[in-house]
Amino acid sequence: MKHEPKLIRINGPVVFADRMGNASLGNQVEVGREHLTGEIITLENDIATIQVYEDTIGIKPGEPVRVLDEPVSVLLGPGILKSIYDGIQRPLDKLKDKSGTFIKRGLNVPAIDLDREWDFRPVVKTGQTVTPLAILGEIPETELVVHKVMVPHKYSGHLSWIAAPGKHKVTDVIARVVTEAGEKEITIMRKWPIRRPRPIIKRLLPNVPVITGQRVIDFLFPVARGGAAAIPGGFGTGKTVTQHQLAKWCDVDIIVYIGCGERGNEMTQVLEEFPALKDPHSQKPIMERTTLIANTSNMPVTAREASIYTGVTIAEYYRDMGYHVAIMADSTSRWAEALREISGRLEQMPAEEGYPAYLASRIGEFYERAGRSEITDHDGTKREGSVTIIGAVSPPGGDFSEPVVTHTRRFVRTFWGLDRDLASARHFPSIHWNSSYSEYDVSRWWEKNSSLSWSDLHRKAMEILKEDDRLQNIVKLIGPDALPDRQRITLEVARMIKEGFLQQSAFSEVDSYCSPEKQLAMIDIILCFYEKAGKLSATGVPASEIMQLPVVDKIFRMKEEIGNDEQAKFTEFKKIVEESFME
Amino acid sequence: MVTGGGKIYKELQSASGPIVVVDRVTDVAYGELVEIICGENIRRRGSVLDISEKRAVIQVFEGAQGISLRETAVKFLGRTLEFNVSKELLGRILNGVGLPLDGAPLPFKGETRSIYGSAINPVVRDYPMDVIETGISVIDGMNTLVRGQKLPVFSGNGLPHNEIAAQIARQARIRGSAGNFAVVFAAMGVKNDDAAFFREELERTGALENATMFINLASDPPEERLVTPRYALTLAEYLAFTQNMHVLVIMTDMTNYCEALREMTSARGEVPSRKGYPGYLYSDLAEIYERCGRIRGSSGSITQIPILTMPNDDITHPIPDLTGYITEGQIVLDRELHQKGIYPPINPLPSLSRIMKDAIGGDRTRPDHAHVANQLYSSYAAVGNIRALAAIVGAEELTDVDQKHLKFGDAFEENFIGQGKDERRTIPESLDRAWQLLSILPAESLHRVSKEEINRYYSHDNQFTQDGGSD
Ligand SMILES: Nc1ncnc2c1ncn2[C@@H]1O[C@H](COP(=O)(O)OP(=O)(O)OP(=O)(O)O)[C@@H](O)[C@H]1O
Ligand SMILES: [Mg+2]
Repeated sequence: MKHEPKLIRINGPVVFADRMGNASLGNQVEVGREHLTGEIITLENDIATIQVYEDTIGIKPGEPVRVLDEPVSVLLGPGILKSIYDGIQRPLDKLKDKSGTFIKRGLNVPAIDLDREWDFRPVVKTGQTVTPLAILGEIPETELVVHKVMVPHKYSGHLSWIAAPGKHKVTDVIARVVTEAGEKEITIMRKWPIRRPRPIIKRLLPNVPVITGQRVIDFLFPVARGGAAAIPGGFGTGKTVTQHQLAKWCDVDIIVYIGCGERGNEMTQVLEEFPALKDPHSQKPIMERTTLIANTSNMPVTAREASIYTGVTIAEYYRDMGYHVAIMADSTSRWAEALREISGRLEQMPAEEGYPAYLASRIGEFYERAGRSEITDHDGTKREGSVTIIGAVSPPGGDFSEPVVTHTRRFVRTFWGLDRDLASARHFPSIHWNSSYSEYDVSRWWEKNSSLSWSDLHRKAMEILKEDDRLQNIVKLIGPDALPDRQRITLEVARMIKEGFLQQSAFSEVDSYCSPEKQLAMIDIILCFYEKAGKLSATGVPASEIMQLPVVDKIFRMKEEIGNDEQAKFTEFKKIVEESFME
Repeated sequence: MVTGGGKIYKELQSASGPIVVVDRVTDVAYGELVEIICGENIRRRGSVLDISEKRAVIQVFEGAQGISLRETAVKFLGRTLEFNVSKELLGRILNGVGLPLDGAPLPFKGETRSIYGSAINPVVRDYPMDVIETGISVIDGMNTLVRGQKLPVFSGNGLPHNEIAAQIARQARIRGSAGNFAVVFAAMGVKNDDAAFFREELERTGALENATMFINLASDPPEERLVTPRYALTLAEYLAFTQNMHVLVIMTDMTNYCEALREMTSARGEVPSRKGYPGYLYSDLAEIYERCGRIRGSSGSITQIPILTMPNDDITHPIPDLTGYITEGQIVLDRELHQKGIYPPINPLPSLSRIMKDAIGGDRTRPDHAHVANQLYSSYAAVGNIRALAAIVGAEELTDVDQKHLKFGDAFEENFIGQGKDERRTIPESLDRAWQLLSILPAESLHRVSKEEINRYYSHDNQFTQDGGSD
């Protein structure tokens, strides 16, 4: 027993152990008599620093430490969807069965039910040659998603055996492959280290938009499949509601939602709402495509740090099956703060605002795990998958010049800046048209999928908003009355775009989701009004009179009054708008 | 925790502020409760913050005065800080560390719980849904409080946050339900007057027998403040989730709590983050604020109203900022409204209730509630811009619609935000009043309410739309 590792110091979630000469960085360890899960974060001589994923109150120096010969990993297999996990993939509903209302520590429950039997159906035959990630068989995981059992990354060779269709547990061997290194058994369930990205074999350009049904996003600042977006904003400006909206409506196959250091009730809300909400495309409850990771603000900060990686690893796994996955992380600032807290306990030299110097590289590594990938099977069939990352950022005091926002900007190409004043006026989403941007070129997709030109409409709308911004500065000094009529119309139409188009209540029955067709039809009508109003005012009709036209009020109300599947009504309405200028 | 406790160490290595270091200890656990014996009858408590094989770093939380390196002994107790909770604590007045201030002994019976609690499993939570009618229009109408919500009051020095909190405690009721109420009041570093105010208020309304007060005065040791809210919430959790009571927890002043935390961490020489507060202030506050809500299998609830004073009225200061990031909204008091003589001086624009959306509307309050609230926000936000413009170009230069907004703004502040300290308005009354005020504005400018709602409630002819028509 003399050489067994043991604890020598406990400082909150960071503990120190000696006699750790044989361990490696990143190794998972079991800490103390209660076998709390931890991870080795530094090694010096034979002393290891360990971050413990659970509360360490009551632990004493001298207690044992056991080093597992593997890095901290997630379990991958059917059963992940519809589950809710903590930051290190412990199933919260199973924890409830064990410890009731409050989460006790030292509970070890596998992330995936090991006893449940799944319907496995092979899609390959014995004797066939397979390459890494080739699909061996399928399992209906939920009503919406068919799970694909794949060949592990390092294996290729011919199949010496594949299981017949039937019921299997995730630990069952369902195939054998003869590789150069001998015959290997393949089970349904796999492990993957959370901090190691699953490789993308062939990267495709992110130029297909994720359709979210949110006008300010799809129309003005789209994010592409396989892209990365950040949504920074002070408290109460709408990060979580926006992320929930995306999780509900966006047109991907799988949602990984990470509540990272945020409120317990927000996770409850998802748990209550998602099973009842139907996906607009499939009419199935959206919970069927969702997995939740809930490491709320009062749960251990070390597990909060891990939650981001747990989530993105799961996302990559489904991407490899050929699915489009969107991952929402709310909030990456809490994750960064977890890094800061751990680094502080290690007495590392802080860089900006107490954050460790490696903050930027960690943020970069995370967002770089987004991507759109193509996998070619041995028989030449191709499948495409993607991971789109949408990270909320919660800057102190709503100030975008702080380290997490500034570093995040470097790694994302869509930026949805939330604005405090818009939020105060209950203009939601409070994504500000001046501070936001998207660098993804998704015009090709729109040209293919709609009769109206997204690019044209987009450009014109942006021009009006820019012009409005310039004019507002003048108005602030001299009032709107001093402006020529032509410019007053620009102001009024800009207001129409902001309040009648960009503003979209998440809680509206009709308007919570807006189809791409409806989006273009709406903006087309506003721009049509703009054109006609401009012409009319050139003939000397005062702007104030034009803005009294009864269609104006109707334009402001069309988002609520015309539904997604009433495209004909928009055509009709556009006619009415045009006609109202003829009289 | 395995009890290895009871061991006494007679010599301290160092003592600096609330941090005491003892060397050559054995069998001491992280977080273990410590008794510090400074003399015959002077005993203080603390807990282990950092423990290595030979050295224990202890945080003292009952005041560090009188600790000396030679004369003081330290006893490790083999457990964490615990509190014996029972319903018999209702009606009692205790100090910041759970000891009686009212002369009577503590009840014997009860359940012993660690004051640090544990995280509520998110799958066990039940989403808050029952509206609490406070009788205050600007809260009920625009920032509705819901049972199980944590809704702080952001105030400033000299603003009437105490009166507002007391008015809420006094008037709060659930529409159409009686119930099993309790108030848990935690005061951290408050003035004697403030503590007396709340005590009298509870006595006057007969609520004291269903209330427990934990009082840490400004003159009490700041270290104690770090545990006061935890004592209070340990009791609240017991009353709500074991005894099925509806518990309203008022905590004042969270700013004093945070300052005590800053003092303690700087004594430890930790790397500070913003304004000297520790980097984990967010997590620390979350441990407090998240002890709130409803859970499945219990009919009780904890509703929290933490009060904090914003240093220099600055809402971006780390204390209100981090609080806002954790709580489910905030009620923000405004000095300008206060100076205009408006009570309660609640500025709706920066205020928010995140839970209200699912709790209001339909037959829970009234179908038009959400729309009216949004319209008030939108119109009142416009008022701010128009006032700024009027200050530059003069009110005469404004358009007709803008002038109406100015009129609306003043009437709204006076008649909707403003109300009496004992005035209780029902939710329908508040909403009707909102419509009367909105009717000052042209109907075409009200885009947040539906046409049907305008047809039903908009009235050209009411006490506020007539010229000079404020009551
Ligand atoms: N799209 C929306 N439609 C309608 N209301 C919204 C929308 N977005 C936000 N809100 C309103 O704003 C409130 C705050 O939004 P949310 O909780 O998303 O803020 P947040 O940025 O996540 O804040 P925090 O950082 O504190 O978590 C919501 O409770 C809701 O009332
Ligand atoms: Mg949020």
